Amino acid sequence: MSITVVYTIVTLAVIGATAAVILYFVAQKFKVVEDPRIDDVEGSLPGANCGGCGFAGCRAFAEACVKASDLGDLNCPVGGNDTMGQVATILGLEAVAKDPRVAFIRCNGTCDHRPKTSQFDGATTCAIASSVYSGESDCQFGCLGYGDCYDACEFDAIDLRAGMGVPLILDDKCVACGACVDACPKDLIELRKRMPKDRKVVVACRNMDKGGVAKKACSVACIGCSKCFKECKFDAITIENNLAFIDSDKCKLCRKCAPVCPTNAIIELNFPPRKVKPEVEVETNS
Amino acid sequence: MLKTFKIGGVHPPENKLSKDRKIEVLSIPSAVFIPVAQHIGAPSTPVVKKGDKVKVGQVIAQSSSFVSTNIHSSVSGTVKKVDFSADSSGYPKQGIFIDVEGDEWMEDIDRSETLVKDISVDGAEIVKKIQECGIVGLGGATFPTHVKLVPPKGMKAEVLLINGVECEPYLTSDHRLMLEKADEILVGIQLLMKAMNVDKAVIGIENNKPDAIQLLSEKCKTVAGVSVVALKVQYPQGGEKQLINAVTGHEVPSGALPIAVGAVVSNVGTAFAVYEAIQKNKPLFERVVTVTGKGVSKPSNFLVRVGTATSELVEAAGGLPENTGKIISGGPMMGRAISSLDIPVTKGTSGILLMKEEESKREEIIACIRCSRCVSVCPMGLEPYLLMTLGEKQIYDRAESERVMDCIECGSCSYTCPSNRPLLDYIRFGKGKVGQIIRSRKK
Repeated sequence: MSITVVYTIVTLAVIGATAAVILYFVAQKFKVVEDPRIDDVEGSLPGANCGGCGFAGCRAFAEACVKASDLGDLNCPVGGNDTMGQVATILGLEAVAKDPRVAFIRCNGTCDHRPKTSQFDGATTCAIASSVYSGESDCQFGCLGYGDCYDACEFDAIDLRAGMGVPLILDDKCVACGACVDACPKDLIELRKRMPKDRKVVVACRNMDKGGVAKKACSVACIGCSKCFKECKFDAITIENNLAFIDSDKCKLCRKCAPVCPTNAIIELNFPPRKVKPEVEVETNS
Repeated sequence: MLKTFKIGGVHPPENKLSKDRKIEVLSIPSAVFIPVAQHIGAPSTPVVKKGDKVKVGQVIAQSSSFVSTNIHSSVSGTVKKVDFSADSSGYPKQGIFIDVEGDEWMEDIDRSETLVKDISVDGAEIVKKIQECGIVGLGGATFPTHVKLVPPKGMKAEVLLINGVECEPYLTSDHRLMLEKADEILVGIQLLMKAMNVDKAVIGIENNKPDAIQLLSEKCKTVAGVSVVALKVQYPQGGEKQLINAVTGHEVPSGALPIAVGAVVSNVGTAFAVYEAIQKNKPLFERVVTVTGKGVSKPSNFLVRVGTATSELVEAAGGLPENTGKIISGGPMMGRAISSLDIPVTKGTSGILLMKEEESKREEIIACIRCSRCVSVCPMGLEPYLLMTLGEKQIYDRAESERVMDCIECGSCSYTCPSNRPLLDYIRFGKGKVGQIIRSRKK
């Protein structure tokens, strides 16, 4: 009985020792030399693996950072300038500050603004609906509301607003990873510069039809009338294909364009209510 | 034992409500919208401009490449504008708006009813004429016919199959055409045989059209090389590959064209259009359209000018029933729902189906129960439940290796699914994505 126990222990010990020796030599032979900084950089990243940087995850991004000679083209939108600063310190490179971004859905065609003229009863994803036909309203550019962006978002930053017809992006949760931008088949979502207090002046419309057609389909459609374009002192507004666009990098949030819009297609968010006698309030972006 | 294709297939209720209604000529509308993309391939290029006077049969848009075709005016009048308007997808497509004035035809079109049996042109001329006259497959796929008649190098056609199957429920346009224009169709078949240089043609007709089978069998006795085969009623027998399998027993290999097994398939409507083009010099600008549905007071078969708004057809069939839930361009299985009655009839419109509210709604989608009914009905031998999941999860490389590109989009899987899963929606989506990937790889 006790002999069996001894044999067993001895055999196992011998096997273990032999295996350890083999493993030691194999590990020496096939050792992969890896830059230890990759682990450090990865440790400083948020670890969301969202792909917002354009790489297949945080590890791949860290490897790219270590290889890079400057960080100008690399950015972790989730971590922002703080994280990129840490990465720069680890790698001994210079951090390049970038403007933080936030996603915005350029469609305000909720059910009360944009009447439904047909009903879709196929598979409820935006990708399929848009490949079958233009949508339930007469606006072929507008939000379909089935929430492909909601499904794509890893950060719970999109409120589907069931029954409203258009989802809402929650500024405080959005990290500008861009997953929703790729998911939207109508190309409605834009990554805009994040302004102080999340203030926004934006054309919430992508309708490129002529004014009459657009207005008929949706009461808050941009009709391309150019009134905002004439009002803007900062060259932030361009008109193309009957559609106005406010460049968030040029916009100074003066809000002069919004009141002249005849269809209220330009919306202003997170501002204090306007005074009765509107004063020009220029927010400088520091 | 009647012939049919070997794998899969379903048999939905036939509902051929309009099979006894003679083809009526629909009155010419006051205005038409003729899209320039009515066929598979490159859209044609408009050659008229605002203010131009056009006659019936005049070329208004020119073929822009080999796989493309001419578009002819279906009416006489003035071009109002060349602009974009929504087609059945709701997205705007280019087309030509014409205000109708009178009904003045091109002088060289023979408008008489007399049957011209003598074939005086040779094969190459027939192909050229078919191309000029803008003839496309009228079964619904609208593939330019002249392309089919010129086989790729090293391949030879042995048999011409004429598709008189009309396996879609409700539709009767081909059935009526076979009954009323049998002689013309047979001349058209002979013309196609001459163009392809084959000496054998088989007309496949499903057994639910005994009158057409009898009539054409009778007439075929006097025509060398043409015969009629009665087929068991089975959807989607009108699919090219299914018809070849049913009639000849051959199986078209995955990814190959029917010519790989020596067959070329054409619809009876196409054969009739070929007859008119060659013998009467009449381009393709009108076609037979079935307007039907359980609520329709007068289900009918109309001879309609291309570009006529759907609303005119619905009006002629007794108006839009109050409880209409869905309007489908085409048949109930493969047709597509349209979102507006302004959408025009094109060369590919075989029918307009008005479905009642209660029969048009999709049932609630529940989980897949792994019954594999979709697998057993798939006529291409695919696994629809798997392809749906691959489309849903966007696993396109696996979808490609599971032969998603072989799907003919017949909808048998969605029709048969006891859990009402939208199989075809996702498969079609995946097929589109895989198609894009394959095309980008070739570049």
